[in-house]
Amino acid sequence: MGALRSYRLRLQRKRWRIRAFRKRRELHCIADRTRQIGPGDVLVFSTLRNEKIRLEYFLKYYRRLGVNHFVMVDNDSDDGGREYLADQPDVSLWHSTASYKRARFGIDWLNWLQWQHGHGHWCLNVDPDEFFVYPFCDTRPIRALTDWLDASSIKSFSAMLLDMYPKGRLDGFPYVEGQDPFEIASWFDSGNYTISKNHQFGNLWIQGGPRARAFFPDNPDRAPALNKIPLVKWHRQYAYVSSTHMLLPRGLNAVYDEWGGEKASGVLLHAKFLDTFSVKAEEELERRQHYARSHEYKAYARRLQKDPDLWCNWSEKYINWRQLEILGLMSKGNWA
Amino acid sequence: MLCHDALDRAEQVARHWSAHGCPVVIHVDKKVKRDAHDAFVKSLSRIENVRFSERHRCEWGTWSLVAASQSASELMLRDFPEVRHVFLASGSCLPLRPVEELKQFLAERPLTNFIESVTTEDVPWTVGGLSLERFTLRFPFSWKRRRKLFDAYVLLQRRVGFRRKIPDGLEPHLGSQWWCLTRSTLQAILEDPERPVHDAYFKKVWIPDESYYQTLVRLYSGDIESRSLTLSKFDFQGKPHIFYDDHLQLLRRSNCFVARKIWPRANRLYDTFLAPKEGEPGTAEPNPGKIDRIFAKAVERRTRGRSGLYMQSRFPNSGWENGTTCAPYSVFEGFADLFEDFEGWLGKMVGARVHGPLYAPDRAHFAGGQAHYAGALSDCATLRNYNPVAFLTNLVWNTRGERQCFQFGPRDNQEPSWFMATDSNAQISVVTGAWAVPLFHSKRNFSEVRKEAARLQKIEVEHLEILRSPYTKARVRVWTMADFVESPMEPLQTIIDEIGLRHPRRLTEVPRMVDLKGFGQFLQNLKNQGMQPHVMGDFPVTDRGDGAPDTPRKPYLVKQ
Repeated sequence: MGALRSYRLRLQRKRWRIRAFRKRRELHCIADRTRQIGPGDVLVFSTLRNEKIRLEYFLKYYRRLGVNHFVMVDNDSDDGGREYLADQPDVSLWHSTASYKRARFGIDWLNWLQWQHGHGHWCLNVDPDEFFVYPFCDTRPIRALTDWLDASSIKSFSAMLLDMYPKGRLDGFPYVEGQDPFEIASWFDSGNYTISKNHQFGNLWIQGGPRARAFFPDNPDRAPALNKIPLVKWHRQYAYVSSTHMLLPRGLNAVYDEWGGEKASGVLLHAKFLDTFSVKAEEELERRQHYARSHEYKAYARRLQKDPDLWCNWSEKYINWRQLEILGLMSKGNWA
Repeated sequence: MLCHDALDRAEQVARHWSAHGCPVVIHVDKKVKRDAHDAFVKSLSRIENVRFSERHRCEWGTWSLVAASQSASELMLRDFPEVRHVFLASGSCLPLRPVEELKQFLAERPLTNFIESVTTEDVPWTVGGLSLERFTLRFPFSWKRRRKLFDAYVLLQRRVGFRRKIPDGLEPHLGSQWWCLTRSTLQAILEDPERPVHDAYFKKVWIPDESYYQTLVRLYSGDIESRSLTLSKFDFQGKPHIFYDDHLQLLRRSNCFVARKIWPRANRLYDTFLAPKEGEPGTAEPNPGKIDRIFAKAVERRTRGRSGLYMQSRFPNSGWENGTTCAPYSVFEGFADLFEDFEGWLGKMVGARVHGPLYAPDRAHFAGGQAHYAGALSDCATLRNYNPVAFLTNLVWNTRGERQCFQFGPRDNQEPSWFMATDSNAQISVVTGAWAVPLFHSKRNFSEVRKEAARLQKIEVEHLEILRSPYTKARVRVWTMADFVESPMEPLQTIIDEIGLRHPRRLTEVPRMVDLKGFGQFLQNLKNQGMQPHVMGDFPVTDRGDGAPDTPRKPYLVKQ
């Protein structure tokens, strides 16, 4: 990479950081418990809006993995989620009434909060419907992973988004607060993903899965990106560029091996497709606060009206991380 | 015992050793903060057979680690005259078997030194490609902090041809830095009048903790067992693998005395192995075979990966795939045009999945006409055409364990041509010109047919050029249609033998060839219209005189 390109990327990173700095004014602190954060703690950063029903299980899941503290931004929920989070002993909560879209889908806010509270910590950036699965997650806490990454001098860890869906109509199985969403949405597509390389940022661009298959058969290039790098040993100079798909500096995106080997990686199980989805899709369509004029939500709404079943004969039922590793969706790398 | 972090665990283990009658000398890295150090010393100060040695600032790959073990060893030999064997351990080592068993094991071998000690030629695990050069170059720069300088200086010395002289009598040996030496050997090493010479030399050797004792022990002892009693596995970057709670059964069955390195928060491991043991001490030999295999596999996965897999953390550059697909597959071109229900017949003959034309313009024709196939691949043409190569690699990956066959031809998307031709897993069989048969049977307007024939022929010629290129690695067989129709059974037999017959016998049931009566004339008509159909080979204009033009041609039969 030439010096000029490298300098341009540097400027771009500065730009995102300045933007995050400006957007800090949109955040109002509701509960600041960040003093509790100890050295070496693993933190979760998350933005949400009207996701109260998911929060109980979300917090439970990540507490069980050994996450020490949650730093969350509530984008003006009106379902009681904000009050619920404010009462949690390990959650620091900020509130914003500003536009989600103009905060680049929450990324500016989280860049700012990570800059302030994530420096020197392993930070996991996940939405309330994303559940992080990594090798040995059933027997080793997340601290085992981050200690190993530290020992291996690895600074970022990728986890591809895996869309989970139920068998049958989405609205056929009502989700109850506190329930494991994968009791309902327990199916996934195991092998229809396509990958290409983004040469500017050095990251991979992964598309496919049920969303490409069901919602974007006619223009697959618009299918949502599934590559994510949610776990990063944060430094205040870092910045997410677009959602958690890629970061700057560019070296953090090198989460894949180019010489035939496999690096360790995980999966974000995506519990988007529950009965709550159609309501959400309509609401988001009205708010128009999502990526590329919410074209994704338009496609969902069209499809969901006529045939809300994503399941097919070759769908795979989720068992555990070992299954995902055998299927080649994630890898243990040289962690054993 | 060399400690630098997780001092609470080091304390726990030191207590364990000392409680079982083994004196412990602890070296604490000078980098450890004073508070932590003082608390650590205080916690063990009441124990009578625990000592702390002079502190050194330790850095990986440097002499400091040897200096630390030297001062600790001297203290051990001085203060504990009853000690017969000295065991070098780290703060993250964990004894897996009762200390009594280790004592008994060593008592039965009072003169044996357990230290891995191998000549440089025989060591496969050197980091940075340096083995003998560790001993003959100088290494003033830190490998961890000043990698560029380190590499540059090594390169410079190589260019200049610089070589240090190895002191007389020393034969460089390498090995794991965790050893167990007898009192007499250790004393001989430390009290040798030549020691200043040795120390001065090894101070500039790279990673001397893996070579100092390993080399010198050869001078003083004839009774060396070249293996370490500490189970310690290294990955491809030379850093130790870490053990966690879920390794409990593996560690227990390994029968090793001590394991390294243990994750400090692996509570179950510490609780289990440091718990008091009942019963007779066992005498089993250490057997780390299974652990070795697991870690060897991990290294293999990290360095070579799974062939044919493309995913978020494995996306090889072109040429580095170790096989672009993960299993053999077969491509048939022209056969389905020439035989009625070729797919059904082939499926019956071979133990494989037979698809229709996967790259057809309308959709991917999966076996059985399914809308989705393994891995939830969709039959939608636009999705497939978005990345036709990934479609194929996905299909082959998703169906591991079952061979895939599919039809291909000039009517289909040609994008995967190069990929298939350069894939050594592909078996491509082509009957050239067979695409003309459906045209011949079609009822379309002849000028349209002529145009279409010209287009398909052009595509096929380009495709054949690819198959005949010097880069082709696939197993390619090409017959002209004229040759193939003369005697189709022999080629079919060859192809099918290669795939593997479901019933390993000669072909008995044969596919039924479509009616080709008048095909020669059809080709002649194309020629008359100014097109030159040449890929079919030489077809006679008149039909072969078999005398019974109204009955369909009999299938060929090969006698068993």
